[in-house]
Amino acid sequence: MITLNGRSVDDADGLSLADVLARENYVICTIAVACNKDVIPRAKYNCTRLQDGDVIDVVQMMAGG
Amino acid sequence: MSSNDSLILGGRAFSSRFILGSGKYSVDLIHSAIEHAGAQIITLAVRRANTNTAENILTHIPEGITLLPNTSGARNAEEAVRIARLARELGCGDFVKIEVIRDTKYLLPDNAETVKATEILAKEGFIVMPYMFPDLNTARDLVNAGAATIMPLGAPIGSNKGLCTRDFIQILIDEIDLPIIVDAGIGRPSQACEAMEMGVAAIMANTAIATARDIPAMASAFKKAIEAGRIAYLSGLGRVLDKGADASSPLTGFLSN
Amino acid sequence: MLNRTDHMAYLPDMEILKDSTIMEDVITRMNAYDYHQYSADDVRIVLHKDNCTPQDFAALLSPAAMPFLEEIARKASAETRRHFGNSINVFTPLYLANYCENSCVYCGFSRKQKIRRARLNTDEMEKEMQAIAREGLEEILLLTGESRKMSDLQYIGEACAIARRYFKMVGLEVYPVNTPDYAYLRVCGADYVTVFQETYNSTTYETLHPEGRKRVFPYRMNAQERALRGGMRGVAFGALLGLGDFREDAFATGLHAWSLQRRYPQAEISFSCPRLRPLVDHNNSDLPILDDKTNHLIPQEAELLQVILAYRLLMPFAGITVSTRERAGFRDHVTGIAATKVSASVRTGVGGHQLCQEDTGDGQFEIADLRSVDEVYSALKEHGLQPVMNDYVYV
Repeated sequence: MITLNGRSVDDADGLSLADVLARENYVICTIAVACNKDVIPRAKYNCTRLQDGDVIDVVQMMAGG
Repeated sequence: MSSNDSLILGGRAFSSRFILGSGKYSVDLIHSAIEHAGAQIITLAVRRANTNTAENILTHIPEGITLLPNTSGARNAEEAVRIARLARELGCGDFVKIEVIRDTKYLLPDNAETVKATEILAKEGFIVMPYMFPDLNTARDLVNAGAATIMPLGAPIGSNKGLCTRDFIQILIDEIDLPIIVDAGIGRPSQACEAMEMGVAAIMANTAIATARDIPAMASAFKKAIEAGRIAYLSGLGRVLDKGADASSPLTGFLSN
Repeated sequence: MLNRTDHMAYLPDMEILKDSTIMEDVITRMNAYDYHQYSADDVRIVLHKDNCTPQDFAALLSPAAMPFLEEIARKASAETRRHFGNSINVFTPLYLANYCENSCVYCGFSRKQKIRRARLNTDEMEKEMQAIAREGLEEILLLTGESRKMSDLQYIGEACAIARRYFKMVGLEVYPVNTPDYAYLRVCGADYVTVFQETYNSTTYETLHPEGRKRVFPYRMNAQERALRGGMRGVAFGALLGLGDFREDAFATGLHAWSLQRRYPQAEISFSCPRLRPLVDHNNSDLPILDDKTNHLIPQEAELLQVILAYRLLMPFAGITVSTRERAGFRDHVTGIAATKVSASVRTGVGGHQLCQEDTGDGQFEIADLRSVDEVYSALKEHGLQPVMNDYVYV
């Protein structure tokens, strides 16, 4: 089980980051991802395999600042 | 205004000295506000993405505007660095405004953590614009850390109180060779004008515009005020006339030939 | 003369500060300084500003500022009071040795001058220092001529160590050395370093310094920066006004100090404003005696005051020393306006505080103000000023 933006997500072990993001309906070109506090470049979404306990942050630009 | 009076940040020239914040008002108005403000740089925040709201703020921002992601939310240097890197991954470019706040009552920036974050990010090629509490020692540390500008607050964020830290901003203008950009606290166009008259390089404002009744009009007022202040500064301000002659004895009467 | 060395070329053992652009910047700006372009209006604007930039300083040094001397003095006086209150530091110089390998045209210690040369040994140094300390002084300035044979680095270091036992502040006005040497002298006990550039115009400089290590212009000019890098608390600057164009030299002096302050914010900066005075005539010199009736470059008293006031406004927190080359009346009034440090009980000969006249080496210049510490102390108090022997303590 992994955590994505604070929510628990089941059935994610062993999947690639790209798969999980697609399943969650994220539009890749509008987001950035950190896995366990490390920023993952977009080019690596396909080859990053998720493991039990991983903490994912998915962010996008918003009004603010 | 002369076309040679550009604001240089990170090696890039900007003709506008007004940096607009995008927060606290409806995203629909952002385009209009930018146009009326004549702004070329707009600040944005990095937040968790929900797939429910398909809203992409970037569609509201005209092409050619420089995006300035903000590390707001960061409570220490490490978090600020991570947000900056995420912002870069989002394709926002190399500019980043560092805002490290661990005091949620006054929202005052943590100068020490800001210096740490600046040093790390400057080495990674970011054009670092640090928001800070006006302290000359911190400003010098930021210069040494590789900041592209120094951004002292005029008053607490959102307070609209103007240049409470005026004297300390003047010290930074006098002593630091980087552009000084006043960020936070500017509530009226006249305050923005005054800061520019002092020699500040640019103004960042958000709440003053966002909470106005007519947002595009207020953005326009700020634009004019900032331009007026800049022209006044470049023209050399006139002297204050004397109140009257001093009647006491001359200091230089002792000189011999 | 065809066999003169290149005055801009470093000698092999002279340290070059590769990452410093200060000298280049100062000289460039000095060369661009045209003081005739400033008007009375320019000066008025400066008088009404709260701060003083190098551009404002340029206006204050121009001929156009002369009619405004009284107003400038008031502004300078207010700045001095704001930063220093009524405190005036008192110190004395001690010439340790007057052997010198240079032959500077204007100086009484030139190796071409046939003067009585002397060098205090450590016993004599200590006796001199005891005598000075007995007069109540707590700050001393140690001077030597430039001789690595008769007053080498170890000699100066020993003097600092002895001085540290009797005085709370030890200054050095000796020949420029490399950064590690300044670090060594700091450890021995020196607090600050004074180096007068004499003139910042390198062409004039070349004609005045025909030979010796002092001939090398850039090495001398970077001395203060090396001293700061070596850990000295403070550095002092000065041009010998009247050797060249005094406005140009004062401008360069101010910029030099200002630039170093910006780069080394923790440094304590001071100015001296020595004005060319008659050489001590030993009747056996074959060099022309410089005197202010024939030398039109030497500033008048009013112009000297103008320079002092301009330094004060450019750097309100810098120390300013007025030397005993000037008459007592001038010194007393200037300390009320802008100067913050005066010397007392001055002898420019070697020894002379304790040792009797026959034993001393000959002096460097004629002293116009010969007052003792007590006399200077009283004079300051009479003017409503507070003499301060020392305001620093090591913890």
